Amino acid sequence: MSNPITSARGNLGRTAAAHVILIAYTILALYPVFLILINSVKQRRAIFNDPLALPTAETFDPIGFQTVLEQGNFLLYFQNSMIVTVVSLFFVLLFGAMAAFALAEYRFRGNLLMGLYLALGIMIPIRLGTVAILEIMVAAGLVNTLTSLVLVYTAQGLPLAVFILQEFMRQVSDDLKNAARIDGLSEYRIFFTIALPLVRPAMATVAVFTMIPIWNDLWFPLILAPGEATKTLTLGSQIFLGQYVTDWNAVLAALSLAIFPVVVLYLIFSRQLIRGITKGAVK
Amino acid sequence: MGQLKLENACKSFGTVDVIRDVNLEVKDGEFCVFVGPSGCGKSTLLRMIAGLEDISSGDILIDGQVVNTTPPSQREIAMVFQSYALYPHLNVRDNMGLGLKQAGQPKAQVAQSVDRAAEMLDLSAYLTRRPGELSGGQRQRVAIGRAIVRKPKLFLFDEPLSNLDAALRVQTRIEIANLHRELGATIVYVTHDQVEAMTLADRIVVLRDGRIEQVGAPMELYNNPANEFVAGFIGSPKMNFLNASALGAPGKSVGVRPEHITLSDSGAGIDGRVSHVEHLGGETLVYINADPHGLVTVRLFGEHAYSVNDRLIMRPDMARAFHFDDNGQRLHPTPA
Ligand SMILES: Nc1ncnc2c1ncn2[C@@H]1O[C@H](COP(=O)(O)OP(=O)(O)O)[C@@H](O)[C@H]1O
Ligand SMILES: [Mg+2]
Repeated sequence: MSNPITSARGNLGRTAAAHVILIAYTILALYPVFLILINSVKQRRAIFNDPLALPTAETFDPIGFQTVLEQGNFLLYFQNSMIVTVVSLFFVLLFGAMAAFALAEYRFRGNLLMGLYLALGIMIPIRLGTVAILEIMVAAGLVNTLTSLVLVYTAQGLPLAVFILQEFMRQVSDDLKNAARIDGLSEYRIFFTIALPLVRPAMATVAVFTMIPIWNDLWFPLILAPGEATKTLTLGSQIFLGQYVTDWNAVLAALSLAIFPVVVLYLIFSRQLIRGITKGAVK
Repeated sequence: MGQLKLENACKSFGTVDVIRDVNLEVKDGEFCVFVGPSGCGKSTLLRMIAGLEDISSGDILIDGQVVNTTPPSQREIAMVFQSYALYPHLNVRDNMGLGLKQAGQPKAQVAQSVDRAAEMLDLSAYLTRRPGELSGGQRQRVAIGRAIVRKPKLFLFDEPLSNLDAALRVQTRIEIANLHRELGATIVYVTHDQVEAMTLADRIVVLRDGRIEQVGAPMELYNNPANEFVAGFIGSPKMNFLNASALGAPGKSVGVRPEHITLSDSGAGIDGRVSHVEHLGGETLVYINADPHGLVTVRLFGEHAYSVNDRLIMRPDMARAFHFDDNGQRLHPTPA
């Protein structure tokens, strides 16, 4: 038996070490973001002279934000990005959870094959099909609509969502679902009122995984919806990146603004995540 | 009313036959217990009766009606699960009332039924709590209450006591027995614990590998087992199976219950050495090694001061012994 006091001290040392490593990693990961934020409010010359310096009274200049907010339809781009991300996310979570429930819950011919087929998208990047997707969108008259982006992103997010949620759906107690069946609940109500709340932490994880690539994507907006009315934030910011001159103030300001909605969405989901874990399902 | 009849009921998962040709009739008001080792198909059979698992072939009849394709909610059954299976997001009242609400009963009537069941089960003080805020025993009572409220033709219990600790298990067992007397309901109860089966059942159905081995009242199974499996499964401690040829008896083995063997220091009988003694106060269990029979359990009433390595003579009461052939089937009539 080890002495409880020394082992407690050992635990403390280990905890401290873990925290030091985690804090170091956090600083490393957040430093670029920090640089973007501080440089977005500096004069152009100050950015180049000393990019690592904090803005001072002398070098402070909100010109980037002014440019962004005045020039271009920044608010419209912002709105487009928001709509595309939130709607895609909604469909990915809804259809992903439904497919996962069906695959986990029902025994039917081809269940396993269907699961593998749906998971295939994890390994094959959707961009390989860009040409075909563009042809379909042209044929369907969906070019330059937000709908085209929502459709593509939903397809892009579904494989991983189905794959992850399937595992969690399997863990929802069979007895609970059976009790509900005896009480006369429909399969839809069992899904929405019993299964979904119990896999909420997993849903939050999937939401975070799904959301970031959609918000940051430049490829599909550029190809499917480059029109002024449907530009997303990432695409809209490109006008400040010229072939010869780049308006760094504006680029950095646009990037700073683009970070916030993601942070807000992340906070919402992570709260769900923590609540789900601490509340715990009743076995 | 609540009669259940199974006719040639079979169930296979893919190529695996889990339930094979089960024929059974449960009378109105009867307490019928399915007992058998883990994995023998008890839960599967119960789920088939409930309609949660479809039947591969054969018929299930409730009150004379074939219900093979009737959905669970319309079979007028209620089920209590081992894991309680309470809805985590609903309080006790809503957990108990959900089935009636789904069936379209008016609110006041649902509330009345829930109140009455809660009173029967001592749950009135907990009606607004969530399942997460209840102890294991209370959760199990809510699960039973949810079944009572539905006023079903048939109660189905799937190992309802296995998640409770020993003291609570005995108490809840008594409550279930009382409940059966009060409600006069038909109950099909699944357990792997033969003590539960013996204490609760009007009739016991012993299952092995998806087949019925024997059906009968508890004492019938104890006094007249059809084969070696039932003989070994019913009764605690387990029956001893002695080597028949060494005793000059017919068949392959002679089954003698631990309570039907007497011990002495000398005289004729089976010679053996004590390998372990368990003093339980009211009774003493002596485990004796005897060639070629192996370890023999002897159950004595009261306290006895035997110790390990003592040499003893065992005298089985051959009038109460059972004889089994090579296939484990009972040999009749029992020679005296
Ligand atoms: N959904 C299923 N798919 C395949 N096999 C199953 C399924 N459910 C149960 N089984 C098998 O059926 C047998 C009986 O299971 P079960 O009825 O749960 O046994 P018991 O309740 O008597 O312990 C087991 O061997 C189990 O592996
Ligand atoms: Mg079972």
